[in-house]
Amino acid sequence: MNAVNKQKTVFDINKIRADFPVLTRKVHGLPLVYLDNAATSHKPIQVIETLDRYYREYNSNIHRGVHTLSEEATAAYENARQKIRRFINASTDKEIILTSGTTESINLVAQSFGRSTLKAGDEIILSQLEHHSNIVPWQILCEQTGAVIKVVPINDAGELELEQYERLLGPRTRLVAINHISNALGTINPVRKIIELAHSYQAKVLIDGAQAVAHCVVDVQALDCDFYCFSGHKLFGPTGTGVLYGKRALLEAMPPWKGGGDMIRTVTFEKTTYNELPYKFEAGTPHIAGVIGLGAAIDYVNTIGIQAISDYETGLLEYATAAASTVKGMKIIGTARHKASILSFVMDGIHPHDLGTILDHHGVAIRTGHHCAMPVMDRYAIPATARASLAMYNTREEVDKFIMAVNAASQVFK
Amino acid sequence: MMFDLKQLYQDVIVDHNRSPRNFGILEHADRKLEGYNPLCGDKLTLYVKMDGDIISDIRFDGSGCAISVASASLMTEAMKGKTIAKAEQLFNDFHHLLTAENAEPDLDRFGKLAALAGVREYPSRIKCASLCWHTLHAVIDGNAAAVSTE
Repeated sequence: MNAVNKQKTVFDINKIRADFPVLTRKVHGLPLVYLDNAATSHKPIQVIETLDRYYREYNSNIHRGVHTLSEEATAAYENARQKIRRFINASTDKEIILTSGTTESINLVAQSFGRSTLKAGDEIILSQLEHHSNIVPWQILCEQTGAVIKVVPINDAGELELEQYERLLGPRTRLVAINHISNALGTINPVRKIIELAHSYQAKVLIDGAQAVAHCVVDVQALDCDFYCFSGHKLFGPTGTGVLYGKRALLEAMPPWKGGGDMIRTVTFEKTTYNELPYKFEAGTPHIAGVIGLGAAIDYVNTIGIQAISDYETGLLEYATAAASTVKGMKIIGTARHKASILSFVMDGIHPHDLGTILDHHGVAIRTGHHCAMPVMDRYAIPATARASLAMYNTREEVDKFIMAVNAASQVFK
Repeated sequence: MMFDLKQLYQDVIVDHNRSPRNFGILEHADRKLEGYNPLCGDKLTLYVKMDGDIISDIRFDGSGCAISVASASLMTEAMKGKTIAKAEQLFNDFHHLLTAENAEPDLDRFGKLAALAGVREYPSRIKCASLCWHTLHAVIDGNAAAVSTE
């Protein structure tokens, strides 16, 4: 590659922060320190203006009108699909199904792929690290088909026990559904190895990438995953947008899940024929503005570079982890060797919920609770944790404020 | 800023969280019920012993945040020795204290329970304070199903 093609990006934290209007607001009279990015990320002005422009200038329905506005909206919508396809390196736009979020993407696979192929006694492998949205759809599927769930345990550090995983794989394994990065602990799972092993048993693999797309490079072809799911709102895009990547041959063979407009080719009361990919899975008017906004979010991330973001966050996590070790009574839950920028912790003598309220008074937003991952809490025999999750716009100064607020909380309960 | 926070975490609450009163299993309880707040995982079990229509003994067990533990501790103190009718009245008054909008409650009437009034300013925390109360309400009603704040 020559030097001209190699576009060098510079990670300019001040410039990035200036792009996020909400970061200038105050909470309880203090500057907001937003450390709840694993729940949802904020949106840069480029995304906000994209939504605004859509509604002001070319709001209309897609894939049907011949008028100018509809053609513009359709072009922008399909252009966003291309951006998404390139972002995760899928080979064709037909493999990019637009959904309302990771949850819907997983449910689509469970109800379409799962229900049409799984039989009683077939096995689905999940992990103890999963979010409820990657557990419950499979439980529903098991009730419908008689398939059974097997669970890969985690060790004390919050890492998957791969030997146990290998032992669970067998001739009845049909599907492995595992997250790329744990939302509760930050563990980065060895998904490539997980996929390779599953494929040696002819099992398909779904990766829940909700926590991963904003924090590390995702290349679905290099991973060789069968399905990859993520949400737009954790990637600096609008809520209500999501993506299901699926290998084309699988998607072609899968029956439609939701019926409605846009997903059909012809309809009579005797017989309906379905549209081609990806529209076969996109019934009804989608979140048009949201998808176009997600395209803008991806453009934004690309101007910084996902690898640069990942490197910056790794440094920030190291800084935060070191700072946390100085706080008396603070115990980090989840100490995997490969971790994304999530700091889940408990404090001696302070319930996470109280901590969340006190930190809020210092302008610091964290998440407290079970993080929709109750099996993880059970593993550590705790009801809840406090979780600080960092994004590319967070700074070391913010980490310092967070640590100061935690120390202040200790004073309240002294 | 710290003033506001002190309204929520008053000394009474910090004290009752650290050393909850009437805490632990009540042997020979007549009635027992579990309350659960799925939002934060707070779980408590309430034990009641009746003497006619009087709450002769009451204890609680479980884990939760400072607000929920202190609220349960203060509630058990306030309820011991009360008739069912008086207990119901206090439940209604306390519920009103936490949830009524634009009300200027007569805090003196609530004694130590007034320390929990600060929770009004924290909508997401009202459930923490009210969990044990809803559980007691169900116990008194003889509703055997576990109580959830959702």
